[in-house]
Amino acid sequence: MHLESDVLVIGAGGAGMYAAIEAARAGASVLLADRSLIGRGGATVMAQMTVAVALGEQTPDHWEHHLADTLAAGRGLCDERLAAILCEEGPARIREMDAWKVGWAREDGHIKQAHAPGHDRPRCVYVDFLATGPAVSRTLRAQAHKFDGVRRVGDLMIVDIVTRDGVAVGAVALHVSSGETVTIAAKSVVIATGGLTRLYRRNSASLNMSGDGYALALRAGAELVDMEFPQFFPIGHLAPRLVGMDPIMWDPFRYKLGGKLLNGEMREFEADYAARDNRSDGAYVLTRDTATYAITKEAEAGRGSPAGGAWLSFMHIPPAEIRAAFGPVVDRLAENGIDLATTPIEVAPIAHYHMGGARVTPDFATNVPGLFACGEAVGGANGANRLSGNAITEALVFGARAGQSAAARAKAGGGWSDAAARGAVDLLASAKRRAGPNPAATIVRLQAVMADKVGAFRTGEKLAAALDDIDAIARDIGATPMRGEGPFDPVLLDWLDLRNMVLVARVVAMAALARTESRGAHQREDFPGMDDNWTVNQIVELKNGAPTLRVAAAGGRA
Amino acid sequence: MKATLAIKRGAAGETPRVEKFEVEFESGQSVLDALRMARRDLDPTLAFRFACINANACKECMMLIDGEVEYACKAKLREGETALAPLPKKALLRDLATEIAPPEERLFRPTKS
Ligand SMILES: Cc1cc2nc3c(=O)[nH]c(=O)nc-3n(C[C@H](O)[C@H](O)[C@H](O)COP(=O)(O)OP(=O)(O)OC[C@H]3O[C@@H](n4cnc5c(N)ncnc54)[C@H](O)[C@@H]3O)c2cc1C
Ligand code: FES
Repeated sequence: MHLESDVLVIGAGGAGMYAAIEAARAGASVLLADRSLIGRGGATVMAQMTVAVALGEQTPDHWEHHLADTLAAGRGLCDERLAAILCEEGPARIREMDAWKVGWAREDGHIKQAHAPGHDRPRCVYVDFLATGPAVSRTLRAQAHKFDGVRRVGDLMIVDIVTRDGVAVGAVALHVSSGETVTIAAKSVVIATGGLTRLYRRNSASLNMSGDGYALALRAGAELVDMEFPQFFPIGHLAPRLVGMDPIMWDPFRYKLGGKLLNGEMREFEADYAARDNRSDGAYVLTRDTATYAITKEAEAGRGSPAGGAWLSFMHIPPAEIRAAFGPVVDRLAENGIDLATTPIEVAPIAHYHMGGARVTPDFATNVPGLFACGEAVGGANGANRLSGNAITEALVFGARAGQSAAARAKAGGGWSDAAARGAVDLLASAKRRAGPNPAATIVRLQAVMADKVGAFRTGEKLAAALDDIDAIARDIGATPMRGEGPFDPVLLDWLDLRNMVLVARVVAMAALARTESRGAHQREDFPGMDDNWTVNQIVELKNGAPTLRVAAAGGRA
Repeated sequence: MKATLAIKRGAAGETPRVEKFEVEFESGQSVLDALRMARRDLDPTLAFRFACINANACKECMMLIDGEVEYACKAKLREGETALAPLPKKALLRDLATEIAPPEERLFRPTKS
């Protein structure tokens, strides 16, 4: 099957849906494709709370204060142009979402803003109860629906971007539910595929967060930046097994109620580490990288909780107060046999977000003409560490901008040819039912390598070993796709995921091995402390099929 | 301890068959956890839909669990046997995966009758 549109948007999360809306507003025809259901496949619908934006509704604020906090957290590596766009244009997007009736929580006639770690004042809007992401997704999907120019197609997994003479002219996709190969001619292409946290064993990822967009960008000839910086969320749920709830749900509990983080000896330990970060004042303000460090070090020192993390306790808070703050959630916890008034739960760092991604201009153009990127798929705005709440703002703001740029470019672009698509079409056609490792089990194997050797705390030795392991996995899966049977074929899907995951994993490990210092979310045990010589960004591109690294001045200036 | 999944399998147009998969049982796990274990350890071709795994946000994992329509990620695994079947009122794709996207968000839109 062959489809055509002015703009192809890959991924229907917050970034992709906003891009589609803005491109359609500018008069372009849009194909909004998602490998899963529209508006449900990625992080946006799973996000539970904070959206950081300098509205000044709770306390006076200015986007420059938000920018200062963002840059400080990014530890010298932010692309300041992108960070400034995020902070300056955030309020307009959040107010537009408000006009579209997303339902931001209100109090005394104004939008409520909560104080999240790393921010200098209350800045984070949300939708109660833990419903921010679903509300954002639903609102954008309804808006996208209003534009006849936006065709939304789910179950359409983009396998490769098609380039002709170095210009993006469309894509090749697998229609998951029929098994058909689909070619898509588009005058501009927007990557809005979200992040890569499924590379790790403990994660907050959905099935669709294997880093597809980074692999698509690389193979199309685009550059990536800051790939050594996946972010770990310090207090992901660890035990007991909790189903039907998001593993990062404890964050809002802590904001609202002040849960205590305890080590295996039932002693509070955050203050022991707070001094490491001069922006911390001892309360619950450790930024994510320092909190991850604290929990991991306690566990390593033999002071972890039984499952290998830390305890999070709300036992000092009267049950009535817990219920008043989180009534419906308390019931869902009870279904899982968890009563916060009597039992602490266990938490541990989990892979949660990726700071790195496609390297773009302030128009969200990559170095490949016709190819744009937005949302978590973009790198640079958050540098070495992201503040809580910045990711959804980033998705909305960058999505809107990328959609506008893609629509403008569509007036000139184009040049589809079947010949240019041949490589990817042939790849899918070559899929064989053949002997080989179980691809689902191989994904688990790769996740273990990444968690154990390319996790939050790294050494040169472990990283080098990880690269060997990744090479071995690449050899084991081979270059010809494996398939099972007919439509909705999990063998083929898992193999295609592995093809991307192996490439992206290698890039993360390579960049981490090269950066011989510790900064933000990248912590090298063999190179503790920041090194001024490393106040630079690492850029990755494919040369003759192999990822290669170079450095560029930080700040996005060159 | 073990749990057994008795899964109604096959693609559209085929005569469905029931296949049994035995997985380790750990208290607190979801039916989706068990399905993912079965795919990883026993049969990589086992087809079922899911995206978010824990959050119960994607709403993709609906199926018949012991005859009731439920989310596989919310349903707790039980010791002993659990019967799984695709949603009866949706078009079957393969095994437990059905066509659940709203018609206007599909590649092939159903013709209005
Ligand atoms: C559990 C969780 C909680 C979070 N909570 C917060 C929070 O409270 N505040 C905050 O600011 N941030 C939070 N984040 C981060 C934030 O949600 C994300 O960074 C942001 O939503 C990303 O938006 P996006 O549109 O770029 O990507 P996503 O929303 O991830 O959307 C990407 C889409 O692309 C699709 N896709 C991927 N590959 C392909 C392909 N090959 N072909 C077609 N489609 C594809 C996916 O199916 C998905 O639907 C959270 C993240 C998670 C996982
Ligand atoms: S897996 Fe997402 S709702 Fe069940």
